[in-house]
Amino acid sequence: MSAESYLASPRGVRSWLLTTDHKRIAILYLVSVTLFFFLGSAFAVAIRLELLTPAGDAVQADTYGRLFTMHGVVMIFFFLIPAIPTVLGNFLVPMMIGARDLAFPRLNLLSWYVYVLGASISLWAIVHGGVDTGWTFYTPFSTTYSNGAVVTTGIGVFITGFSSILTGLNFIVTIHRMRAPGLGWYRLPLFIWAHYATSLMMVLGTPVIAMTLLLVVAERALGLGIFDPARGGDPILFQHLFWFYSHPAVYIMVLPAMGVISELVTAFAKKNIFGYRFVAWASIAIAVLGFFVWGHHMFVSGQSAYAGMVFSALSFLVAVPSAIKVFNWTATLYRGSVSFRTPMLYAFGFIGLFTIGGLTGLFLSALGLDVHVHDTYFVVAHFHYIMVGGTIMAFLGGLHYWWPKISGSSYPEGWARFSALVIFVGFNLTFFPQFLLGYLGMPRRYHAYPPELQVLNVMSSAGASILGVGYLIPMVYLFWSMRYGARVAANPWGASGLEWTTPSPPPTCNFETTPVVTQDPYTYSSEEAQVVG
Amino acid sequence: MAEAGHSQAPVSSLKHHFDDMEQQQAASTLGMWVFLATEVLFFGGALTVYAVYRLVYPAAFSAASNHLDVRIGAVNTVVLIGSSLTMAIAVWSARRNGPRSTRMLVGSLAMTALLGSVFLAIKATEYSAKLAAGLFPGPAFRFPGAHARPAELFYSLYFVLTGLHALHLAIGIGVVAVVAARAARGRYDLEYHGPVEITGLYWHFVDVVWIFLFPLLYLVGRGG
Amino acid sequence: MAPAHPSPSIYVAVFMTLVGLTALTVWAASAHLGAWSGVIALSIATTKATLVVLYFMHVRYGERFIAVVAVAGAFWLAILVVFVLADVLTRSWLPILVR
Ligand SMILES: [Cu+2]
Repeated sequence: MSAESYLASPRGVRSWLLTTDHKRIAILYLVSVTLFFFLGSAFAVAIRLELLTPAGDAVQADTYGRLFTMHGVVMIFFFLIPAIPTVLGNFLVPMMIGARDLAFPRLNLLSWYVYVLGASISLWAIVHGGVDTGWTFYTPFSTTYSNGAVVTTGIGVFITGFSSILTGLNFIVTIHRMRAPGLGWYRLPLFIWAHYATSLMMVLGTPVIAMTLLLVVAERALGLGIFDPARGGDPILFQHLFWFYSHPAVYIMVLPAMGVISELVTAFAKKNIFGYRFVAWASIAIAVLGFFVWGHHMFVSGQSAYAGMVFSALSFLVAVPSAIKVFNWTATLYRGSVSFRTPMLYAFGFIGLFTIGGLTGLFLSALGLDVHVHDTYFVVAHFHYIMVGGTIMAFLGGLHYWWPKISGSSYPEGWARFSALVIFVGFNLTFFPQFLLGYLGMPRRYHAYPPELQVLNVMSSAGASILGVGYLIPMVYLFWSMRYGARVAANPWGASGLEWTTPSPPPTCNFETTPVVTQDPYTYSSEEAQVVG
Repeated sequence: MAEAGHSQAPVSSLKHHFDDMEQQQAASTLGMWVFLATEVLFFGGALTVYAVYRLVYPAAFSAASNHLDVRIGAVNTVVLIGSSLTMAIAVWSARRNGPRSTRMLVGSLAMTALLGSVFLAIKATEYSAKLAAGLFPGPAFRFPGAHARPAELFYSLYFVLTGLHALHLAIGIGVVAVVAARAARGRYDLEYHGPVEITGLYWHFVDVVWIFLFPLLYLVGRGG
Repeated sequence: MAPAHPSPSIYVAVFMTLVGLTALTVWAASAHLGAWSGVIALSIATTKATLVVLYFMHVRYGERFIAVVAVAGAFWLAILVVFVLADVLTRSWLPILVR
């Protein structure tokens, strides 16, 4: 088998578009999700521009409705959900378990094409007027009253869902069947545990939203009556089905991020993870418990008060495994020789921002308090702390950490640290004021607001511009590094893990010979023992 | 099991990233099962809607269900169970060597596809009768008696559930036909029969869906 | 692996049982069982499905984890149905809140 890098051979566009190599498919996904990230960001820019002034002047209410809907749809379905699993997961899952590829390489390529198809259909819908339902597609507005392209967008998201299912299925089978000799479950990197848990949710949750969107499309396009109150249907039932997937979807976004953070914290503290089994099983616990809490999105929508109480209590429960992870990362850092390289800066960003996002989540899962802040900017700030402060921080941290492996070259550390800092400052300036706005009663999804809220809104818009610059810088230098960056060795960070035992960038077959694993992950302890003793 | 990877097994059946046939077979079986778990939740979304409305509108669901013909549903159930039997025999014969079992494999696959087509044919006549009777939801929906509006919910679910089931079955027939064509060329034996096996799993799953749809749609409140 | 697989005679026996259960459920539906008829119909359907899964789909003869996957599908569907019904069926319990 040739030892040439997966990037170098074979050559030509055709070889990329027909590749079944998981590493190349990861690159295909990286390009596509990045495109959608900047498209989603463009909508965010428009939103923040409108909210600079209290009056609804830059855009009309109807246009504004389309802007935030498409911001949500693009960011959630076409960036946040696929981002880490399909890019980092695709690249790393086989490498970390010592396999030559995922179990179903052709299915993997198919999942990318399915994603592209779904995304194109949604893009078509965006170009042809867009949607104004919010990313939640609530009935009966979506089925009966909306004048947006609900059917097209719904079909686009429906199709993209299958891409997600195929990825999850591939990961589950790969992790079960393709592990290198000696690689038992408790020797797997926590990144793998996190992706396994994520895949569970993708496989068991996504089909429900697929059916739900199909029912909405059937009702809107074919005149079937499913959620239609005029025919005795129950619109709240739609919310149940929608959130059965869409609450777990939050964990589909954040669990892989947690997996990344576990790798970063151990690699840059040069220590074994504190409480490996707790962190590993916390991922599974989140995946399972995450399916029992969806009703916390429906406290004020006519759901039974008893169901509300149960969902409220269960929502508190799901915070426990997340807290375990935060505690264990912190404990891992304690007395570690922490080096503040770029990926670690992102990891610190993640831990802090995710903690704020998680704790404000507890505010929202408290039945009484949620009634007060429901559908305000408090909620908007909360989930942006999780999704942007959590997922995107981890995505960027992971991208920087594995970039030498993916590209074979190193990025300019100074610029990278600078942009990490810019992103952190910009993020907090954008979203912290939104907690205050929400608490002061500013509802989400309106294009105008009372003048006394302008100062906080201007802060938020200013932060968004800083954040935007912060995101552009890595785009530039990562591209730059591919051509001009210094070549790197197999293991530039001195990290543990099978992916660092093979050249950077790896050969097409990943490993010249199948590795045989003889030790636990994160074996930094020998070094540490030397330091201590 | 490590390095031996690329040798031994029959030429094209073993994909390069697997170590041996056993690993490849185990992967494809697990993959199909995970996919079927996905399918359970896919149908499950619509079945949940069904459960809610049936409990909220029991009388209307009885009335609506009584417009379906139990005999057609029962006959179709037996047809589909029969196709599962032939499919099971196909998988059984795929695992053995020799021309006799190849003939048996091709024959039982053909029988499976045929029974699946019979099911769809019966379903098609049933659909056209329902359409003619004005039972397709929408502006043209006509339902005698007091329960017209919830009955429309019932028929919406009826067409969604049976329609998706029929779609799954049609895909299954196509796949079985392809597998049968390959089987006729002697592609499967004791060593390599994964495609037959996972096609069988899919086929049986489609049968299981119908096993639930039949009582849920046809047998509501018949005894009054 | 390569577990012992059932022979065609077992498949035929399962098939006969399934046909018998189909007849039973049709008969039970026409009997005057009132509220129980739905429960009985579902129980028979579950029995039939279990037979198909265990014998035709070889779960009885395969490795344990396959059974876990099969049960997981059913269990997750149960989560969905049970919690949705927990809302729908208790909505009328607190008339004050409804008003
Ligand atoms: Cu939630």
